[in-house]
Amino acid sequence: MGEIRIEKNDSLYAKLSRLNLGLILLITLIASVGVACLYSAAGGDFSPWASRHIMRFAIGFALMIVVALIDVHWWFKLTWPIYFVGLGLLIVVEIMGHIGMGAQRWIDLGIIKLQPSELMKVAVVMALARYFHFATPEDMRHLKFLIVPVFIVFAPVGLVLLQPDLGTSLMIVFAGAAMFFMAGAPVWMFLTGIGGVAVSIPLAWQFLHEYQKKRVMTFLDPESDPLGAGYHIMQSKIALGSGGFSGKGFLQGTQSHLNFLPEKQTDFIFTLWAEEWGLLGGLFLLALFAMVFFYGLYISMRARHNYGRYLTLGLSVNFSLYVFINIAMVMGLIPVVGAPLPLISYGGTAMLSAMIGFGLMMSCSIFREGKVRRIF
Amino acid sequence: MSKDQDSAKVFTRRAFVIGGIQGTLLAVMGGRLAWLQVAEGRKYTTLAEKNRINIKMLAPSRGEIVDRYGTALAENSQNFRVLVIPEQTKDIETTLENLQKLIELDEKDIKRTIEGIKKVAKFIPIEIKDDLSWEDVARIEVNLPDLPGLSIDVGERRNYPYTDSAAHLIGYVGAVGESEIGEDRLMSLPGFKIGKTAIEKKYDDVLRGQAGSSRVEVNVIGREVRELGRGPAADGKRLVLSVDAGLQKTVQDRLSLEQSASCVVMDVHTGAIYALASVPAFDPNVFAKGIPADVWESLLANPGFPLTNKAVAGQYPPGSTFKMVTAMAGLEAGVITPNTRVFCPGHYEFGNGRFHCWKKSGHGTMNVVSALAESCDVFFYKLSTEMGIDAIAAMGKRLGIGNKLGFDLPEERPGLMPNKEWKRGYHGKSWHPGETVNASIGQGYTLATPLQLAVMASRLVNGGKEVYPWLVEQDHTGAHRMEKQWPSMNFNPDHLALVKQGTDNVVNGPTGTARGAQIKQPGLQMGGKTGTAQVKRITMAQRNAGVRNEDLPWKFRHHALFVGYAPIDNPRYVCSVVVEHGVSGSGSAAPLARDILLETQRRNPASKQMVSAENFDKLAPVHTVPFLKGKI
Repeated sequence: MGEIRIEKNDSLYAKLSRLNLGLILLITLIASVGVACLYSAAGGDFSPWASRHIMRFAIGFALMIVVALIDVHWWFKLTWPIYFVGLGLLIVVEIMGHIGMGAQRWIDLGIIKLQPSELMKVAVVMALARYFHFATPEDMRHLKFLIVPVFIVFAPVGLVLLQPDLGTSLMIVFAGAAMFFMAGAPVWMFLTGIGGVAVSIPLAWQFLHEYQKKRVMTFLDPESDPLGAGYHIMQSKIALGSGGFSGKGFLQGTQSHLNFLPEKQTDFIFTLWAEEWGLLGGLFLLALFAMVFFYGLYISMRARHNYGRYLTLGLSVNFSLYVFINIAMVMGLIPVVGAPLPLISYGGTAMLSAMIGFGLMMSCSIFREGKVRRIF
Repeated sequence: MSKDQDSAKVFTRRAFVIGGIQGTLLAVMGGRLAWLQVAEGRKYTTLAEKNRINIKMLAPSRGEIVDRYGTALAENSQNFRVLVIPEQTKDIETTLENLQKLIELDEKDIKRTIEGIKKVAKFIPIEIKDDLSWEDVARIEVNLPDLPGLSIDVGERRNYPYTDSAAHLIGYVGAVGESEIGEDRLMSLPGFKIGKTAIEKKYDDVLRGQAGSSRVEVNVIGREVRELGRGPAADGKRLVLSVDAGLQKTVQDRLSLEQSASCVVMDVHTGAIYALASVPAFDPNVFAKGIPADVWESLLANPGFPLTNKAVAGQYPPGSTFKMVTAMAGLEAGVITPNTRVFCPGHYEFGNGRFHCWKKSGHGTMNVVSALAESCDVFFYKLSTEMGIDAIAAMGKRLGIGNKLGFDLPEERPGLMPNKEWKRGYHGKSWHPGETVNASIGQGYTLATPLQLAVMASRLVNGGKEVYPWLVEQDHTGAHRMEKQWPSMNFNPDHLALVKQGTDNVVNGPTGTARGAQIKQPGLQMGGKTGTAQVKRITMAQRNAGVRNEDLPWKFRHHALFVGYAPIDNPRYVCSVVVEHGVSGSGSAAPLARDILLETQRRNPASKQMVSAENFDKLAPVHTVPFLKGKI
């Protein structure tokens, strides 16, 4: 076993100077888009959403810097405690949900309603990065070695499914799969896994109750529920399409302002943006996201240790999953899944977990230099 | 170290794969966005506009119907309603209770309001009560600050100032029936009313006007956000009728002295109808508001058929009034001449039957003029057997009997002018010569409406012009009927003069059947022809026992008819009267016609210019004449 050890302590100034200014700029730009959207969603008002979004971003920003300035070896050491605390919180919500009669996904901390499942996404990436840190390419080919990480992924997935929150569970599974892949798990395993899922679906189907089947069917085919989810997607497509090349103009989105667009401040915020700013605005935002992904890739490639590589790319993948699932959903490419658009949608925990993620990425970046000694 | 480098190498490769997947997915998103916004942009723009814009209809005002002098026969009056917008009230029940302290509100109104509120969104106004009086409106207005959510709204309601006097003429409006919903989107407007009968129905398209529209932006629950634009409604056109409203009321009042009667007053030269009445009638205002069930049932149960306009839809055997047709047919066919004489012994033998004259003792020797004047049946019996039914029927049709006249009232019925062909086609039997005898005096199959009788007389006394009756001066095509030159029917003027002389003598001759109904005023005298139509065949036993018709139950008594014209020297007005079960034409119908023709000449509508829909507003004060009271 080994650990990461810091050989030399930098001054605070030196650390600050190594912050990824480009990434910070990108994040701020994206959050500003979010502020503009929320300002518009409220009909041209900072209240109730935009002002709180700014506040949350400010808190998140501070948190990100703090996280970034903590040496990555501390995060390496704290990985397991964080993971298990996250798991514990998930169990707490589950129990609270039972007591409070009904599905509950959050813990009310006063300032924010904390959703443990959001934080768990980061924790799972950290845990897997820590586990694979020591893995040799040889290890990755052994199924026995991969049993533990499978549990790392599926323990929270099971709990989140109980909430029930299929969207978040799937995102954890996808992020986990990406981590297995980048750590070198053989490709045949993924193919087998996909094949296995495909085969087990019809089998599992037979064990479902009638009402459960119905619920799954509406999930897979929202058009069968024209006044529910299908209606929302249709309205979202109308909003996007009517935006055209250059958009209807700031505060001029008819679909959103006349409330045809559902959940415009959360899940359908991309629609609002693209209705008002058109294809130009939409592509601008996609480009910002693309640069963030690129930054993630860049930092991970430059990391000198596996933990940093896996953690950085894992978090980047995690972030991109949010983006893809949300945007694909509002464009009608995939069924409706409750997934926010990170940094833009109104929501405390999602902002928090995204900013912590960026903090961790930057921590890896700041402390990437060859001052880390690896002991195996 | 090499192990670490190995995994770093694997990582680099796989990181690129992941980056590639991310890039691809982003490209897919961008492509999809471009597809939606550029390729399909137009389609979605249309859908977004559809979402956002509601077209709200603006109802046009229904056109007024006025008489020849501009007096309103159907107009729109303001209908004040009190509405409530549920979301603006704190508690609907308290609000209604407070309102109840101000105006009369029964349990039904309250229940209907509360149920109405449950059905629609909270911002949609619900009517609590309509047809409020000025006092109610004022009381609510003053207290509005204490009645949150309430508002007063002014709508339009059709009002018929002449109530039952012009009911059969004007008709009424009512809610759109399911079968009536056509192309016009106005029909789907809640509370929209269309013409149901008479002029209101026939000219509904003119009176209705065209819907305006207001384009409003609405949000997802249909609440109006703002108005984007409006196209004003085109109000319905004003309709000017040939009727003299004062005369119409007089006629209706005069007829009301009978249980069931109808009358048409017509201009012999122009075809203008000055009055057209049918008794009993009904109050069309009740229909426009929505008729209560008990009123409706009592109207249906009335033996006088108050819902039927008998002046155009009542089909009666014309009785002796038809002798004008038979005489004219005989003269034109050359079967009789002014010198033809027939001896009337009181009956006529034909085939193996005996046909009685109404005068048991017989009229003695008759010519065409005296036969008309004294209404000798035998003269016409003999004439008809020599001429045949088809010649009589042809004349009847030429004079307007047995076919619809294309009149302005949709209730018009055709009557019946039988001939041989008709009987073969309808009954599958050949014509019986005895039936010709009956037909010659207007009995048997022949049926005519009072309107047709008026037309018949008009064509005989106007110099033989083929006049048609009308009510609306400007028809659907925009042509002015006052200017219409009616074509000549090419009758021999001598024959017309003979028929006129006969009918003159009916009233003014010493032995005329209607001499009791003479107009004495010089220059206003009338001519005419009486008629009595059998409702029930007179049996031989009754004839021998001398049972008087007026002693029979009302519904078995004869119909009384009279067709008159005036002034005698230069006829201008024709008046046809049918008194159902009035026993005899001379006894009950002729005095009626006399009163009406006298009043018509006194008012002399033909001498006054009619207003037109265009210059209506420049009109001089309405010509008024005090109503005739009772019998003259």
